[in-house]
This record gives sequence, structure tokens and C-alpha cells, in this order.
Amino acid sequence: MVKRIPLSLVILALVAGCSSGVKLNDVPVEDKSATSTAGVGAGSGAGAGGSSKGGVTPVDIGASSANAAGPANVARIIYFDFDSYSIKPEFQSLIEAHSRFLKANPNRKVVIEGHTDERGGREYNLALGQRRSEAVRRSMGLLGVTDNQVEAVSFGKEKPAVQGSDEAAMAQNRRAEVSYR
Amino acid sequence: MKSERTASVPATVLPSPSHLQRRTMLAALAGTSALPALAQFRVEVTGVGLTQLPIVIAPFRGEAQSPQKIAAIVQADLERSGQFRPVDAAGAVLDETSRPDMGVWRQKAADALVTGSVSRLADGRFDVRFRLWDVVKAADLGGQSYVVPQGDLRLAAHRIADFIYEKLTGEKGVFSTRIAYVTRSGGRHTLWVADADGENAQAALASPEPIISPAWSPTGTQLAYVSFESRKPVVYVHDVASGRRRLVANFRGSNSAPAWAPDGRTLAVTLSRDGGSQLYTIDANGGEPKRLVQSSSIDTEPAFSRDGKSIYFVSDRGGAPQIYRVGVGGGNPERVTFNGGYNISPAPSPDGRWLAYVSRVGGAFKLQVMELATGNVTSLTDTGEDESPSFAPNSRLIVYATQLQGREALMTTTLDGKIKARLAGKGGDIREPDWGPFQAQ
Repeated sequence: MVKRIPLSLVILALVAGCSSGVKLNDVPVEDKSATSTAGVGAGSGAGAGGSSKGGVTPVDIGASSANAAGPANVARIIYFDFDSYSIKPEFQSLIEAHSRFLKANPNRKVVIEGHTDERGGREYNLALGQRRSEAVRRSMGLLGVTDNQVEAVSFGKEKPAVQGSDEAAMAQNRRAEVSYR
Repeated sequence: MKSERTASVPATVLPSPSHLQRRTMLAALAGTSALPALAQFRVEVTGVGLTQLPIVIAPFRGEAQSPQKIAAIVQADLERSGQFRPVDAAGAVLDETSRPDMGVWRQKAADALVTGSVSRLADGRFDVRFRLWDVVKAADLGGQSYVVPQGDLRLAAHRIADFIYEKLTGEKGVFSTRIAYVTRSGGRHTLWVADADGENAQAALASPEPIISPAWSPTGTQLAYVSFESRKPVVYVHDVASGRRRLVANFRGSNSAPAWAPDGRTLAVTLSRDGGSQLYTIDANGGEPKRLVQSSSIDTEPAFSRDGKSIYFVSDRGGAPQIYRVGVGGGNPERVTFNGGYNISPAPSPDGRWLAYVSRVGGAFKLQVMELATGNVTSLTDTGEDESPSFAPNSRLIVYATQLQGREALMTTTLDGKIKARLAGKGGDIREPDWGPFQAQ
């Protein structure tokens, strides 16, 4: 069923209908597109025949900075069980080694990067990864590392260490990385 | 939310052809083969008993010489809405000046007919014209002309679809709105701004690090998002036309999940600066964040209700992630989801009637929609990796990310789940859609 036409449109149609004798080709066509400001800069969407509406200026980010060196011969990754942020005993010595290094070098800083496997939502996984990185930061704090040397952040499921959806891959991705900056 | 006009391409109302002379052009075009309108999208229809308006979109005269096939774009738009069923134009040669023989179209059980033309002007722009007919009443429902550069031919087609949709359903169309989404391809992460059908994508941001959670400002000019370019999650607000960006939340720890208040002045965000993932509000220009709720649990994914008075969010305070609602002034959160042990990513509809979200059901992540007045929940998909739902500004469609044949894809669905369409998009993995508002200008 075609719905009823609003009265205003009927009037519009009547008004339009009154312009009898005016050929379509003679209808003045209002053109505001030339005054568009939307395509400022190097908008990539402009085609031939003028700039288009809704232009978008692209921003390109360069490579991110590399890691700085930490203590020699100390692993940097702590792995976690599924749905867990408790630090398993086998990673205690790793955390102790980094903590000793940080206490000996009070001007050095680390970022603990928490990660999750691929299951679940991106933002919720970001929060879960944050729990992992904060667990590591708390452990370091208990070992005497000052708070301003350690920042806990999360990448959620955005930067898996390995691709794949099997349990072996996902176990590799549930982790916290100690990253010297 | 402010109600805004949708006409950003200047439109001229066409006079009715009833008083016009028949154009000799038609005779000249009779020899040109009229191409059938090819649907560009796979629109998947499930279920029966749908009430869809049968409509003929005749090929636009001159379309063969146009870089964009206007009739096909209009038809795909209308089909995706779930409210229309295309009827084959069967080689009809018509344009906006024609006075079509309605008997022919009534026999084909069409209720509406669209005719039009596209022609290249001397200055390189295109003049796109159309007319909509009520076949049943043999009534002219109006027509318009759009003079656009080549880059806006698709936009003109979307405007035509909006005109038709509004005229025949009484509601505003969303075809000329924009969506944002993110792709990952070859180690590059790109934030795109595209037409509502996923086409005409333009890169707003390219980065070697992930980008998540894009969110359109209420005016549709800015995107808030989370970028990991400084190797931690930080919230930016990005003016897409100029490319100017500003840091809004770059506190110690993680900064994520930006959500605009309907007035566009405030963002709700998740910060871990005081330990744990907690909700704050912050001025859209930056400044000191204000704590919204305080808990020892995860609180994240805030989303403002349409009236701006409350915020939906996800919390595991009950032991598993569920959706809650709290007043913008804080207070006691009230639980909203009760089915299942994992409900995330709340997306309230602009009309305030619905809440879309993702629920884990037997190991699969599935898009749900709840009618807020009754609490009734409908599961909308048969896929198992659904993410990031976002409502169209007319509350009639939801865009979401999912996986199809092992690849990430963006889909739209009607609220009954019966009409789904896969959106076009750039190559690589495609995710994190956010549907923008009705456009001003």
C-alpha cells in the first residue's frame, strides 16, 4: 500500500504543476555544490567534474617506536590461563628479575602490555587484558618497584602473538609483555 | 538529539510532466538497449509473510554513459531496508518526463514506479533527475533534480532512495548517511568513512597499530576512536573533513570505549588511570575526567540513551559481563540483561525503543535486540562471531560485524532479522562499524 501523501507535498506538487509550459530543460537548477567546504584539503573522494561532498582528509601515522633494551637474558612474556589474570608460579622468577633491574635502574620505565585471546568483544577484552597487566604491575610493586616506573596498559585481542583459533594459538595470545621504553 | 535535514546535495523540485511536452529524446533512445538494474548486494531474505512494497526502478535514461548505475544503487538501497520488493522493469524505456502507462505496471503488481535520467553537463558535472509514481492511483508523487560532480553520483542516488523511502513509508531514509569502519590488511589498520551501503569509502586514518571503537559525533562531522599508535590505547576526536585530530583521553593506563553524549559536548570513556577499567565522563575538548561509577569490577562500553539521561554499560560486577544502566549523574546501576552469562556491546536505538547487544550463546557470539519496554529479546542472526552493533539513525536497521566463510564482514539487518545484506567494503578484514547520524548541510 502506498501511504497517504502529506498535505504539504500535495501543495508542493500543485505549485509545481502550476508552472505549466515551462520545459524541464528550462527549469533553473540551483547549484550550491561549488561552495561546499566539506572537501577541504586532500580529500581522496573527489572525482572528475569537481570536488565531491563529504570529503575526507586522510591522516597517515608512521611506524611506532621500537622497544628499548631491558635486562639481558630475561624473558619478557607472562602467559595466563583462560579467563584468568592470576600469575602462575613459573613466572614469578621472570617478574623478580625485571623488578631487580628496575630497582637497580630507577630512571628506567616499563609498560606492561596485557593481551587476550580472540574470543569475545574488543572493548571487553581490552578490560580483561588490563586486568592481566595490572596483576603484573602489582606483583612488581610488591617487590619494591616504584609505581611511576611501571605503566599497565592493554591491547585486548588486537595484537595476537600468533594467528589461529586453536587452543595452542589462543594460549600463546593470553599474555602480558614487559616492554621497556 | 537534534533533528537535521538530510538534503546535502542541492535538489531542485521537478514540475509534473503532465503539462510538459513529450520529449523527442525518448524516440532517439528507443534503439539503446536498456540494461536491467543489477543488484550490487546480496540481500538475503528469510521468513515469509513480509509486507513489502513492490516497486519498479526503471533504468535511468543515459545510465549506460554514467560511471554509476543510478537505478541499481537506488534499488539496492530500498531492498536493503526490508520495506521494498523490486519488480523487474522488463526493459522499459522511461525517464522523468515520461507519462507511463500505469496499466502495464499494475499488471506486474507494482505499487510504485521510479523513472529518471542522468546526463553529463558541459562542465563535467552530472544532472540526475527522477520522478516517483504511485502506480495504484496513477499519481505523480514528485521528482527532483540533482546537479553533482562525478564523485557525488552515488550520493545523488542515495538521496533519491531517501526521497522514495520517506514518501512511501512516512519515515526518513538513511541511505545518504555515512558509516565508519576499520580494516586490517597487511599490517595496516585503516579507519574508513563510507556511504551507508559500504561503498565510496575514504580513508580517514591509516596506522601501523590497531584502531577500534569509532563513534560518530551527533553532528556526523567528527569521529571519536581508540588508537594504539602510541603503543597504548588512547582516545582521539578526529574531524573527518579537515583531518584535524585532538587527544581527548591520554591518561596513564588504558583509555578506551568513547561514547558521545547526545549534545556532543561530553564523552563517556573507560579509563584505567585509577586502577581497573572504570567509567568516566570527559569534556569533548579534553580536560579533567569525572568519575561516573566506582566499582572493583570491570565497567566499560558506555552508551548514552537517546535522551542523554542514562548510560548503558557492561560490567562483570555480578561475576560475568552483563549490561547495566545508570543515570548520567551516577547512582545505583540497574541490570538490563538477564539471559545468559555474557552480554556485551550495548547499542540503544535512536528512538529509545530498542537495545542491540551481543550475547554468548553456547560458545557463539550472537546479535540480539531487546525491546526495552517489555524486555523481550530476539536473536537476529545465524552467524556466530557477531560484534559491534550500531543502529541506523531511523532505528530501522542495525549494522554489525561478523564472520562469513572465515572472513570478517559487515552486515545490516532489519530488527526482525528477516532482511540482511552484506555491505561492500575495502579488502582485508573489516570490522567495528558505526552508523552516523542524519547529515546536516
